[in-house]
Amino acid sequence: MIKFFLMVNKQGQTRLSKYYEHVDINKRTLLETEVVKSCLSRSNEQCSFIEYKDFKLIYRQYAALFIVVGVNDTENEMAIYEFIHNFVEVLDEYFSRVSELDVSFFNTVFHGTWQAHSSPYQIMFNLDKVHIILDEMVLNGCIVETNRARILAPLLILDKMSES
Amino acid sequence: MGWSRNLETYFGKVRMVAPSLKLQDLIEEIRGAKTQAQEREVIQKECAHIRASFRDGDPVHRHRQLAKLLYVHMLGYPAHFGQMECLKLIASSRFTDKRVGYLGAMLLLDERHDAHLLITNSIKNDLSQGIQPVQGLALCTLSTMGSAEMCRDLAPEVEKLLLQPSPYVRKKAILTAVHMIRKVPELSSVFLPPCVHLLHERHHGILLGTITLITELCERSPAALRHFRKVVPQLVQILRTLVTTGYSTEHSISGVSDPFLQVQILRLLRILGRNHEESSETMNDLLAQVATNTDTSRNAGNAVLFETVLTIMDIRSAAGLRVLAVNILGRFLLNSDRNIRYVALTSLLRLVQSDHSAVQRHRPTVVDCLQETDASLSRRALELSLALVNSSNVRAMMQELQAFLESCPPDLRADCASGILLAAERFAPTKRWHIDTILHVLTTAGTHVRDDAVANLTQLIGGAQELHAYSVRRLYNALAEDISQQPLVQVAAWCIGEYGDLLLEGNCEEIEPLQVDEEEVLALLEKVLQSHMSLPATRGYALTALMKLSTRLQGDNNRIRQVVSIYKSCLDVELQQRAVEYDTLFRKYDHMRAAILEKMPLVERDGPQADEEAKESKAAAQLSEAVPAPTEPQASQLLDLLDLLDGASGDAQHPPPLDPSPGGALVYLLDLPCAPPPPAPIPDLKVFEREGVQLNLSFIRPPENPALLLITATATNSSEGDVTDFICQAAVPKSLQLQMQAPSGNTVPARGGLPITQLFRILNPNKAPVRLKLRLTYNHFHQSVQEIFEVNNLPVESWQ
Repeated sequence: MIKFFLMVNKQGQTRLSKYYEHVDINKRTLLETEVVKSCLSRSNEQCSFIEYKDFKLIYRQYAALFIVVGVNDTENEMAIYEFIHNFVEVLDEYFSRVSELDVSFFNTVFHGTWQAHSSPYQIMFNLDKVHIILDEMVLNGCIVETNRARILAPLLILDKMSES
Repeated sequence: MGWSRNLETYFGKVRMVAPSLKLQDLIEEIRGAKTQAQEREVIQKECAHIRASFRDGDPVHRHRQLAKLLYVHMLGYPAHFGQMECLKLIASSRFTDKRVGYLGAMLLLDERHDAHLLITNSIKNDLSQGIQPVQGLALCTLSTMGSAEMCRDLAPEVEKLLLQPSPYVRKKAILTAVHMIRKVPELSSVFLPPCVHLLHERHHGILLGTITLITELCERSPAALRHFRKVVPQLVQILRTLVTTGYSTEHSISGVSDPFLQVQILRLLRILGRNHEESSETMNDLLAQVATNTDTSRNAGNAVLFETVLTIMDIRSAAGLRVLAVNILGRFLLNSDRNIRYVALTSLLRLVQSDHSAVQRHRPTVVDCLQETDASLSRRALELSLALVNSSNVRAMMQELQAFLESCPPDLRADCASGILLAAERFAPTKRWHIDTILHVLTTAGTHVRDDAVANLTQLIGGAQELHAYSVRRLYNALAEDISQQPLVQVAAWCIGEYGDLLLEGNCEEIEPLQVDEEEVLALLEKVLQSHMSLPATRGYALTALMKLSTRLQGDNNRIRQVVSIYKSCLDVELQQRAVEYDTLFRKYDHMRAAILEKMPLVERDGPQADEEAKESKAAAQLSEAVPAPTEPQASQLLDLLDLLDGASGDAQHPPPLDPSPGGALVYLLDLPCAPPPPAPIPDLKVFEREGVQLNLSFIRPPENPALLLITATATNSSEGDVTDFICQAAVPKSLQLQMQAPSGNTVPARGGLPITQLFRILNPNKAPVRLKLRLTYNHFHQSVQEIFEVNNLPVESWQ
């Protein structure tokens, strides 16, 4: 079961946080700082799975952004690792469709170059949309949908509704 | 704030400016704040606006305000005053309002606040009458923060939704059911029946949810587990379709079709097949197929493969399948991706107990993993390597592990050192190899070994008689190079003290001959004594070693006497006591020095034997140092010796009586564990009696060594005159070997005064009948007495 899903930047600022098990608000900041510290201190040589208290942390770095997922013991770490990438791909597809800006966060990820200004903006200013996407993919700690088209369908309908 | 904003706004075209900040602007402002304090200011100002706006009850912009509040909440600021607003927004009819409201409910409300129950009604309405997206929202929120009461109330609605045709809602409803079951286990009965039916669906989202639901049900109740065993064939079918269907664009991720679903199915199969032969059999072929067909070039395939391996190991699978699983893990170890190696090492560690031989085949790869830069990987590799050591590969493995010990990070050193020592103890092919290994560990990582390593090593060296010369040389060399590693120094000091004569002899085949000067040896021990790196215990070892050398070396003992008298005023009480006693030994009891400082008998690690030796050799300070506080027995023993001598000359001191029975009075003296009496004790034998002077023999046959016979000769005096200058000598037939130890004294006071005891060790490998010829000389009633006699009537049990 996924316990929490975090997107944190290198300075330690949380860009997205979703908890599937209740954690007190003051404990949350503590948890986030500790988690980020342990992820940031790891070099490229080390593997992506960390054991932290009674969670397992699986993290992936996309340029300046870390996506960290905390799971309990029963989850398959490699499947979650794959899931993180799946999520990022979904975000990429969504944001590159909606925004006609020339710099798009996720394309740069795929092509390996990094434009420092666009991406955190994209996520931050559309935090609600990112939440919706995440809710479509994970429900109460369990993965529910991984097909890009199906995840984005309701969101696109929503966008059309709000435009009209 | 993006809900009702359109793209034009984003590009900055003019639009009616709302009186409050848009979320976008708020974010900009917060980012613009340079310090924490500034940020807090901005946020507090905004929160005040938001609160005012809530009070005013402005419906149009409420969602915007709440959105800002949620953002602020994510940053860690309190946002509880938005809770009621969530309710209002949920109840509104606009979708955008509902969206923010439900999100707010998920983030701000939870079971502990009473307000959460208020949304139950709204949720119920939305679930039954809302459009699909709304139902989706409601389900999402319910599954995240639904409390037990809410779940009970809303269970019927959710159940209805399970049967709806639209997959969008169904998949969410299923996972909401999972949450409900977690909160209210009784609801399992409600959600169990639809499951089997749901498995027939083709929609992957539904399948994924259903499998999760079934997994949850099975984990909670064994009855459900039995019920679902019958769907195993169906699951197998689904998985098979997934694996064999070529490339399906819908769900495939890097060439593997829906790995998430595959992983879930495998996990469920694992739960169903555990401890159940029949189900396991059904799964065997499928698992083999998945294992062989999955593309392993990308992570997705590896994830599936990993889950397959876990499942194979958990169910009752065929042996061939298990070997296949271990081989897959072995292949993972060679993979260049660290994550995969980590996963493989963890699983192999779990398997090494049950499938030892299969894992052995991958030993070289595991050993290579010791070189990992990642600490968690190398730790796992170390544990696994230690588990794989057995008698056939011990030499090679030890070499690798010792190389690792030299270069490993400090937090792993202690584990590595103790692991090596344990493995060496269990599998050492020869004693010399064992000693070498322990020496190497002590020199490399001496500070990290456990405390009993010293005791073990001294016991080991003591027992390997043929290696005394070799050990003492090696230890001397090691000590000469480095006196900082305390365990090493302690062992070396002990060895030099015991076998100093062998050290000075100069020839030993196994190392290059080293000419060692007496002065060098003494200088080295003094250096150890004076160094401030030495612990007090180490100093004690060194001082005692110096004393022992006084009998082993040929030169005169002035240097030693000097050192000893210096330490008579040492601040450390332990050292001072020793120094005083040793000094007294030099001055007053020089004639006893040789006997007291003789070589120690073999030290046994367990209680009983040590007790024997201790009791017999009370006079000589030759006690088992293997028991805690090695310094204690020696010191106290010596003290008692002096008391005894003082007592003989009339002092009022009363040393504890010697008890010939095993494990007797010396127990409290030495805090040794009380020795259990040996089986069928052999009766004592009185061999001599003259004018109140008696000589008794008592026999011990240690069970571990049947060829050995320990005889204690006890001389007692019940007459009116003292017996002085008592000397007992013995001889045995040629087929036996006799070793006599020094007597406890040579005076037996009159009227039942303290008897003299002396220990004979007889080695009787051929089980020949034991005969003794004894010669006694003593002074009694101012007459010199000499008696020679044979003892032939020893009890049969003593030699058979």
